Amino acid sequence: MLIAVMSGFAGALLAPAVCGAAGKRTGWILAALPGGLFLYFLRLLAAGGAVSTLDWAPELGVSLAFRADGLSLLFALLISGIGALVTVYSGGYLSNHPFLGRWFLYLFAFMASMLGLVLADNLYLLFIFWELTSFTSYLLIGFNHDEEASRAAALQALLVTAAGGLALLAGLVILAGVTGNTGLSGMAASAELLRGHPARVTVVVLLLLGAFTKSAQFPFHFWLPNAMAAPTPASAYLHSSTMVKAGVYLVARMHPLFADDAVWHTGLVVFGGATLLYGGVRAAAQTVIKRMLAYSTVAALGVMMLLFGIGTEAAVHAAVAFLFAHALYKAGLFLVGGAVDHATGERDLRRLSGLGRAMPLTAAAAAVVALSMAGVPPLFGFTAKEHVYAAVLASPAVAAVTVAGALLFVLVALAVGVRPFLGRPLDTPKHAHEPSPSLWLPPLALAAGSLGFGFAPGLLDRALLLPAAAGVLGESLAPSGHAAHGGLVLGLSAATLVVGLGLFFARDRIRGLLGGFRLLSPGEPENLWNAGMRGMVWAAGAQTRAIQHGYLRGYLTLVFLALVLLTAPVLLRHSPEVGRILHSRSLSALLHLRFHEVGLGLLMAVSIGAVVHMRTRLAAVAALGVVGYGMAIIFILFGAPDLAMTQFVIETLTVILLVLAFYHLPAFAPPARRVFQTGNLLLAGSVGVVMALLVLVAADEHHPTALARYFSDNSLSLGHGRNVVNVILVDFRALDTLGEITVLALAALGAYAVLYLKPRGEGGKP
Amino acid sequence: MELLFAAVVGGLYAAGVYLLLQRNVVKIILGLALLGHGANLLIFTAGGLTRARAPIIAEGALSAPPDTADPLPQALILTAIVIGFGVLAFLLALVERTHQVVPTDDVDELKGTDT
Amino acid sequence: MNSVIFRSATRYMFPILLLLSVFLLMSGHNEPGGGFTGGLVAASAFVLYALAFDTAEARRRLWLDPRYLIGTGLLLALASGVVGLLAGEPFLTAYWVNVPLPGGGVAALGTPLLFDAGVCLDVVGVSLLIIFSMADVDRGEP
Repeated sequence: MLIAVMSGFAGALLAPAVCGAAGKRTGWILAALPGGLFLYFLRLLAAGGAVSTLDWAPELGVSLAFRADGLSLLFALLISGIGALVTVYSGGYLSNHPFLGRWFLYLFAFMASMLGLVLADNLYLLFIFWELTSFTSYLLIGFNHDEEASRAAALQALLVTAAGGLALLAGLVILAGVTGNTGLSGMAASAELLRGHPARVTVVVLLLLGAFTKSAQFPFHFWLPNAMAAPTPASAYLHSSTMVKAGVYLVARMHPLFADDAVWHTGLVVFGGATLLYGGVRAAAQTVIKRMLAYSTVAALGVMMLLFGIGTEAAVHAAVAFLFAHALYKAGLFLVGGAVDHATGERDLRRLSGLGRAMPLTAAAAAVVALSMAGVPPLFGFTAKEHVYAAVLASPAVAAVTVAGALLFVLVALAVGVRPFLGRPLDTPKHAHEPSPSLWLPPLALAAGSLGFGFAPGLLDRALLLPAAAGVLGESLAPSGHAAHGGLVLGLSAATLVVGLGLFFARDRIRGLLGGFRLLSPGEPENLWNAGMRGMVWAAGAQTRAIQHGYLRGYLTLVFLALVLLTAPVLLRHSPEVGRILHSRSLSALLHLRFHEVGLGLLMAVSIGAVVHMRTRLAAVAALGVVGYGMAIIFILFGAPDLAMTQFVIETLTVILLVLAFYHLPAFAPPARRVFQTGNLLLAGSVGVVMALLVLVAADEHHPTALARYFSDNSLSLGHGRNVVNVILVDFRALDTLGEITVLALAALGAYAVLYLKPRGEGGKP
Repeated sequence: MELLFAAVVGGLYAAGVYLLLQRNVVKIILGLALLGHGANLLIFTAGGLTRARAPIIAEGALSAPPDTADPLPQALILTAIVIGFGVLAFLLALVERTHQVVPTDDVDELKGTDT
Repeated sequence: MNSVIFRSATRYMFPILLLLSVFLLMSGHNEPGGGFTGGLVAASAFVLYALAFDTAEARRRLWLDPRYLIGTGLLLALASGVVGLLAGEPFLTAYWVNVPLPGGGVAALGTPLLFDAGVCLDVVGVSLLIIFSMADVDRGEP
């Protein structure tokens, strides 16, 4: 199975090459890959499923574990089957596109990711493929990347689904933590562990968030209609039959864990129902083919979520049946819509009419799938709808919502799949004609499926749907008879058709009515999202402008402020310690300080003050020199002759250097206003206090270390020298000194380069 | 004596920081020099101050008596002093060159890269 | 500066300072001194010369470009460390030889002394490069 999934990725990499070689026939040739996968999965279905495991990072609980049970195989067959059809279709639809090779790369990468998602038996593996599908979807939506609308739609879809993906990851991590394992097959057994756990609600919410964003539930639905900017094959594949159902898949998979959780059920039912109504109503108000289909997809996803929320055996069976039926007819309608667009150049339903004569095959396919969507027997859509009605009858409110949605489905089906082909032909930008086989064959195949399975629902049930439901519920289901649903359901179906037809004829009036709802715009989720995005960008800009303002003094102030604010609390916390140190030091100072040390200290203080206060540069430099010489004297007094000599000479050179430099720089300006200076004074003073205290604390901790002992003892014997400091510098720690002279060299060379190496073309002051 | 020189360290840091926060470039340079001195004295004082005994082994002895100054901080400070000089020199070269290109001594006017 | 006193004094101080720097370098291993101090004193000798006369004069006295001094110093320091590598020991292992002196007595010479000499040259070069560069800024490329 790993090979099966990876073959998709391999195919993706090879696709551009094949495209370059095959030209017009690319679609047909490349369809061999998904077609082959379809056959492979059929074989697995016959064999009853399979498992494959490859350990990847066992410590983290990640392994390439795949499991094909009924539910996974249902999806896998849909993915590979419809994938093959879409591949053929793409070859025709995008035949003149310069980036066709890239298209197939993205398409196959998506297919492989989606397959990986439904076959994964490991939580983290599932997540990885989940995000891969988001990513490939981004690439596909933004395929026409020179159009602003495509780019914006792609980014929006990516951000919404990725945000949900983050929630999903969090949920999965917590779930793994609570249940202690990361394998999906073992999940059902862990339901007990989850039952009383405090984190359960969090997990439920997070997982639902992930599922809802992916499956475009209200209020996260808005990316789906915008994703219609993608070329039609992608819309047909991803955004109606496979990717958007990933959320439904997740919900189905997690069903055994949360079967009796109130939050889970309520969330699914409420949001599913709301989505159904919202999507249906919005769909009725559309005029462009793809947008109508998009909103109806949103509604259909709502139905599926709703059914899984109900969670009974009947509901689950209805859900998988509806899922299958929907995939067939929705993909079919999308492909038909694309064919119409391709052949006529027109997308607006109000201007499409009478195409049946010009495109008979397409019209036939359209009629069949549309009727399946409307729920007309003997098509499979009718069977699925019957199952759905049977499942929701238990609750009148839910039933009412479902029926309302179904009515709107009828409207959409007739508007998109029937009306454009009947009636008087209208003028279209391109002369209407039957498109190439690659464009009418796939929809026809799907139509045949809807028809065929409609005649043999029992076969489908036994082979595919019941195992799928079993996969969800964790137990086998007995096949139920087609007629077992009884009169009420049949009556409802009939009523739906009649009322739906009426709605269809009244659709213009409905559209007018719904136009009045524009007033609710500000609260629309999409507008909220866009406002949120804009706010985020603005906040980022404002923050950057505030922190990265470019003033050196501001940055320095921040650095020193941080220094003080971070060390002061620590010192305060240990204030008894610090106080003791101060006390003992003061005592020892009074008793032990010599006169000349005090004098030296005073000299330092005065000269430091002089450096700060002197008005002329030379005076300040001279004062600096005194400070340096004072340092040297300190070194002499406290046993550091090497240091003292070095300090004397360095200080002399520093003074000379400063004088040479200041020769070129301007004199001091008058000092700044008092106000600013007090702040600086305070900050500087605090830094001084903190450092002084730090010195005292450090000096208190200091005991002669073993290192000092070692150096003193071994300086003569090992280092052949009596000047311990020098021996340390050139022998014991010679590597450090080597580094240091290199740094010196770099500093000097750098100074030289800065002063003398000027870029070409510059001479003197610009 | 640590108290006295801790105070000197504090004074050096305070003066250094104060000068660093000024607008005049020259003052910033002086502030940096003071800060360098402060750092050196900090290491020296924190290592313990012993009067007068340098860490030099006397003629004929095998090792230094235990109450000599700690040689390790001295070695560190020696390198620090010289490198401080190098840094100061580089800074001066930078300031000099900046002044050639932008004839101002006010650091606030040097904000941004388009001056 | 045009002071006669300063110039005459410098003419005498200059060689003395250079001798002092060599002395500090050589005795640094056993008495206060060492490569850093020696190098700095030598540098200050040239700086004194530059103050009394002219930087161009001082450069002529130095004869070599300070950058060559830096390079030579670094090379010496590295070379003193490579000796150990060639013998299979870690980098910068110290080797000492006892050289008998003509007037009796023994001089202990070793790689650390070579290292120190390298440090000295490097410091001289660095200081002079800095000071001379700063002094000659107006004149353009020296």
